[in-house]
Amino acid sequence: MSPVLSETGFVAVGAAADVPALEGRSVLVDGRRIAIFRLPDGWAATDAACPHRGGPLQDGIVADHCVTCPLHNRRFDLRTGRQDGGDDAVAVHEVFERDGMLWMRLA
Amino acid sequence: MFSTHGILVAGGGIAGQAVCEAVRARDPHVALTLVCAEAHKPYDRVRLGALLADGTSVEDLRLRPDEWYADRQITVLTSTRVVGADLDAGTVALSDGTVRHADRVVLCTGSDAFVPPLPGRELPGVVVFRDPADCAAMVARSAQIERAAVIGGGLLGLEAAHALAARGCATSVVHLVDRLMERQLDAPAAAMLAPAMEGLGVDVRLSHATQEIAADPDGRVAGLLFSDGTSLACQLVVVAVGIRPQVGLARTLGLAVERGIVVDDRLTTSHPRVLAVGECAQHRGTVHGIVAPIHDQALVAARTLTGADAAYAGSIPTAKLKVMGVDLVTAGAAEGEREVLAADATAQTYRKLVLGADGTVLGAVLLGDIRGAELLMDAVRTGTTTEDGLALLAEASQATAAELPDTAQVCNCNGVCKGAIVGAIREGGLGSTQEVVRVTRAGAGCGSCKPIVSELLALERAGAAEEPAYLCPCARQTREQLAAIVRDEDVRSVSALGEACGAGRACGACKPGLSYLLEERQAGRFRQERHAKFINDRVHANIQHDGTFSVVPRIRGGVVTADELRRFADVADKYELPMIKITGGQRIDLLGVTKEQLPAVWEDLGMPSGYAYSKAVRTVKTCVGTQFCRFGLGDAITVGIDLEEAMEGLHTPHKVKSAVAGCPRNCSEAYVKDIGLVAVEGGWEVYVGGASGATIRKGDLLATVATAAEGKRVALAFLQHYREEGDHLERTYGYLERVGLDAVQAAVLDPERMAALLERFAIARAACDPDPWRERSAPVHPKQFAELDSDAALDLVAPAEATR
Repeated sequence: MSPVLSETGFVAVGAAADVPALEGRSVLVDGRRIAIFRLPDGWAATDAACPHRGGPLQDGIVADHCVTCPLHNRRFDLRTGRQDGGDDAVAVHEVFERDGMLWMRLA
Repeated sequence: MFSTHGILVAGGGIAGQAVCEAVRARDPHVALTLVCAEAHKPYDRVRLGALLADGTSVEDLRLRPDEWYADRQITVLTSTRVVGADLDAGTVALSDGTVRHADRVVLCTGSDAFVPPLPGRELPGVVVFRDPADCAAMVARSAQIERAAVIGGGLLGLEAAHALAARGCATSVVHLVDRLMERQLDAPAAAMLAPAMEGLGVDVRLSHATQEIAADPDGRVAGLLFSDGTSLACQLVVVAVGIRPQVGLARTLGLAVERGIVVDDRLTTSHPRVLAVGECAQHRGTVHGIVAPIHDQALVAARTLTGADAAYAGSIPTAKLKVMGVDLVTAGAAEGEREVLAADATAQTYRKLVLGADGTVLGAVLLGDIRGAELLMDAVRTGTTTEDGLALLAEASQATAAELPDTAQVCNCNGVCKGAIVGAIREGGLGSTQEVVRVTRAGAGCGSCKPIVSELLALERAGAAEEPAYLCPCARQTREQLAAIVRDEDVRSVSALGEACGAGRACGACKPGLSYLLEERQAGRFRQERHAKFINDRVHANIQHDGTFSVVPRIRGGVVTADELRRFADVADKYELPMIKITGGQRIDLLGVTKEQLPAVWEDLGMPSGYAYSKAVRTVKTCVGTQFCRFGLGDAITVGIDLEEAMEGLHTPHKVKSAVAGCPRNCSEAYVKDIGLVAVEGGWEVYVGGASGATIRKGDLLATVATAAEGKRVALAFLQHYREEGDHLERTYGYLERVGLDAVQAAVLDPERMAALLERFAIARAACDPDPWRERSAPVHPKQFAELDSDAALDLVAPAEATR
């Protein structure tokens, strides 16, 4: 079981080193697949499934603040979860790194 | 005189959008609300055929993105209808139960498809062709049936039929009248159109009066019964016989309604605060069912709404058939007392002008050869007079964009005239067709006017070559500009390029293009970064709709051994893969492989990557040639395998598919490949720029040479030339059409230039990785093929650990 940062609800989900720069990797948290992205200035986490057709967002191309779904190029802002040029949105979760470990909490 | 409650537009079709655009252009402040009954914001209904033909999504047809409405403070409500109004009090009741204030209401309610009262019209399987849901129903049904029938041989019916046929569904058009498109065409043109449609796989049945839609025992559509006693078996019926203006709301409001909502020359209805625009409106007794008049009406309505004088005097009907492979444009009258005609029965072209007694141009019909269509449409619209109709036809066929008057409408889908395009180019300093289309929306509809947009741009740029589309539109950097930065600052990675000029950082979409540019320019000095690659190129497999991958090993020339086939079978069994598929490129595709399984699958296959997931050199298809075929003139297999070995592993601006044919029977389809070698008596032909995907194009004959070795040299020199000069995501056929065969021949066939190309080719080939599947035992990152929580048992193949 993942260790839980007491009281805050954050759980450890993996090693920061396992996510390469400007890429994403997914992890199952509470039965939900979450995509975690390493950005130039920190981390971002969203639901892994694109709201359009369920594409794996962790496999998308990541820019400074957005990810593009590899299936049909829907693009989402990683800060707000909102689709660029559309009405869809993906849930955004809290994530941070401490001592090489990634911690996250579902929104 | 007007209060501040603003304008409410009822109806989010092309008309509603056009009214919003025209009003905003005249008044940036007036409150504007657009109420759309459909779930979508306004989209281009004219291109519904594209939705049907090739799976374009409604989003792709959107007329404007969300930001456009937000930036202009236009409130858009979707899935909402206007259900009533107190016109004198200035309140409007909506279907969501709310009431809004509005001083003026513009009815843009459009039309419904007219379905005649045929027995069987309610059966499942009978659809109209009006909105995306209809398209979805047609697509779903067309895949399961033997034949579809379209009732109605007008513009819409023919587009629906062509789209169905293009999906591979046997399709008949059933038309009441003895000729197609009788409202726009005269008899001779219609007589030429029917075989042209037949040539596209659409069965045309004229003079067929449908009497009944028959059902099978399960109560589904089984066929059509005609008045002459004959019948047609079909399992899908599309009714496209005409439109019926949507006047329900107008009736509720107590407005004068005849066939449509009656409007005056100011587009005002019988109530002074209510206007009507588009297919729901009836002006001087006419209801227009085509797109062009909508834009004319919207401009007049906007003037009326903003207190300016305006009068709409009607529109000249124009029509363009949006069917790939049939060029047809009509304007105004199709027949008259004085007709001037230039026709060629062999070439299947027909060009006619209809003139008034005084030489006024009243109409034009252009079929098979639509050169000068804009000039002739403008002549009809403006009522130009001519003494010599034949001379005008001849002049039009030679006319360039330069000779068009500023008033000539270039884009009939979005109602954009030449003057507006030229103005936008000058004002915005626009440099590429892509930009002009984005800014003016000319060419953003059916796209048929894009060549003229490009021509106008070229004129404005006084012959200077068009800026190629931006490689990074966010940072406004062209490929040439980026290449200069790469060269001048010796940039070696996508990140470094982003730091140098911002490219690739805002949306990231161009990163694979930047990566290719660096790889091509810097060859061996380029530092690869996986974040700049599409997922396919990070894990060397092709992502599928469910997130699994397909694995296609290299099978050079399509020749495989018994041992390899056994391994394919073993791998498929071991990993319980759901499908093994023979590809169109003479290879074998293993589908349903998870990302974590990839390294192990490659290991068990023991074959190199086929690069089937990448913008790279793909297959070289071959026929058996002289090795077995009794007609063979050349050893296609040996030449094909040799060519594939020479090229494999190289990235290219877009995928490059090749073939070698042992004789002109072309069994390996070399005529329609990016690079095709064809053995002929006494030598080899080298074709380039062929295509047989979404675009079908026979390749251009680049050269005829004496030996296969020379053919290979020409092919490789061309490949390198395309690698250096093609835009990212531009196939060879697009490149050939952009620069012309002459330019390519000059660049490739000149002995000195060919030698230099081949030298650079050799450098690039030496720097490339012919088998990235070796990363199974030397991954670029420990989690290259894994998620954070991937099952350890599936983690990298054992050799990965062993070799570390």
